[in-house]
Amino acid sequence: MAFELPALPYEKNALEPHISAETLDYHYGKHHQAYVTKLNELVDGTPNADKSLEEIIKSSSGGLFNQAAQVWNHTFYWHCLSPNGGGEPSGALADAINAKFGSFDKFKETFNAQAVGNFGSGWTWLIKTDDGGVDIVNTSNADTPIAHGQTPLLTIDVWEHAYYIDYRNARPKYLENVWNLINWDFVAQNFS
Amino acid sequence: MPHTLPELPYGYDALEPHIDALTMEIHHSRHHQTYVNNLNAALEGTGLEEVPVDELIANLDRVPEAKRQAIINNGGGHSNHSKFWQMMSPTGGGKPQGKVADAIDSELGGFEAFQEAFTKAALGRFGSGWAWLSVTPEKKLVVENTLNQDSPLMHGNTPVLGLDVWEHAYYLKYQNKRPDYVQAFYNVINWDDVERRYQDAVS
Repeated sequence: MAFELPALPYEKNALEPHISAETLDYHYGKHHQAYVTKLNELVDGTPNADKSLEEIIKSSSGGLFNQAAQVWNHTFYWHCLSPNGGGEPSGALADAINAKFGSFDKFKETFNAQAVGNFGSGWTWLIKTDDGGVDIVNTSNADTPIAHGQTPLLTIDVWEHAYYIDYRNARPKYLENVWNLINWDFVAQNFS
Repeated sequence: MPHTLPELPYGYDALEPHIDALTMEIHHSRHHQTYVNNLNAALEGTGLEEVPVDELIANLDRVPEAKRQAIINNGGGHSNHSKFWQMMSPTGGGKPQGKVADAIDSELGGFEAFQEAFTKAALGRFGSGWAWLSVTPEKKLVVENTLNQDSPLMHGNTPVLGLDVWEHAYYLKYQNKRPDYVQAFYNVINWDDVERRYQDAVS
């Protein structure tokens, strides 16, 4: 059974003004779709066609890994965003963030600094650590925490295609605005 | 004297319609400028402030380890972009002539085979990076690609033609269609500049 592009959990204009409908047209409709299409081309007629996306990510490298991981990363990213997002986390997740970073503002500052410093194309993540805490990690290109046995809680895409139409070279501005969209319910669900 | 942003050898709109004026302006005045600024910041206090950028990135063992990645990223960015602007021209395109044309024929199987290999290198660079036509230490032409702002100079090759395939190089005009951008690039290649670089590299 072929992999399919999962539905976007909101309309393409739902994240405006922080992320435009035009960006989502390309980012979801072209980039994410292209990763799905190329993944299917690569697995078609091979034993990988019967594997789950996660199984392929954990067992592959090179072009196949890139396509599979980018399919997974983008689906996860869409769910990290919501037109009703923003604000601050609560409960156990907020406690873990405060324990690690001191405060929510300090966490955001640290996360943004790492995302700005993620040179080239990649992703910045909040992950759950083995001791039940949280940490921030960068990955390059298609690389993803689930390939390293880590549990991702939140991600922000810092490939230029994620923000170039709306923010041009101003990655810090994109990062500043994207906090207005974070779906903390989804992040908390990943944490628990 | 700190590194400075070189002037573009033509106007921002000179490469239209293949590369649009807005892309050129942001690419040169913001992206390239940022590499220059960050390079100068990374070099501060290293004693390497006066070393020409190509010499700097070809000799990274001279760079303190704590500064090395920042100098690869930003020194590479400055070096690559400085060359890239010169490697294009509003009167460019067509086919190479002279010694580099002869070498493309004899070492790479001809102009069409070169184009095929170069396009493949540009499209096959996943994420951000560059496609290159370079001269090896044995004075042979090779088509290669590099990640992010890595330069062929870092592994001993001399770039004679380069194509920026970071999304910022083409996203405003071509969006996800990198193949269309790569195809358009062939219309603006400054083969005179490539020939000059080739002759320098093999002499």
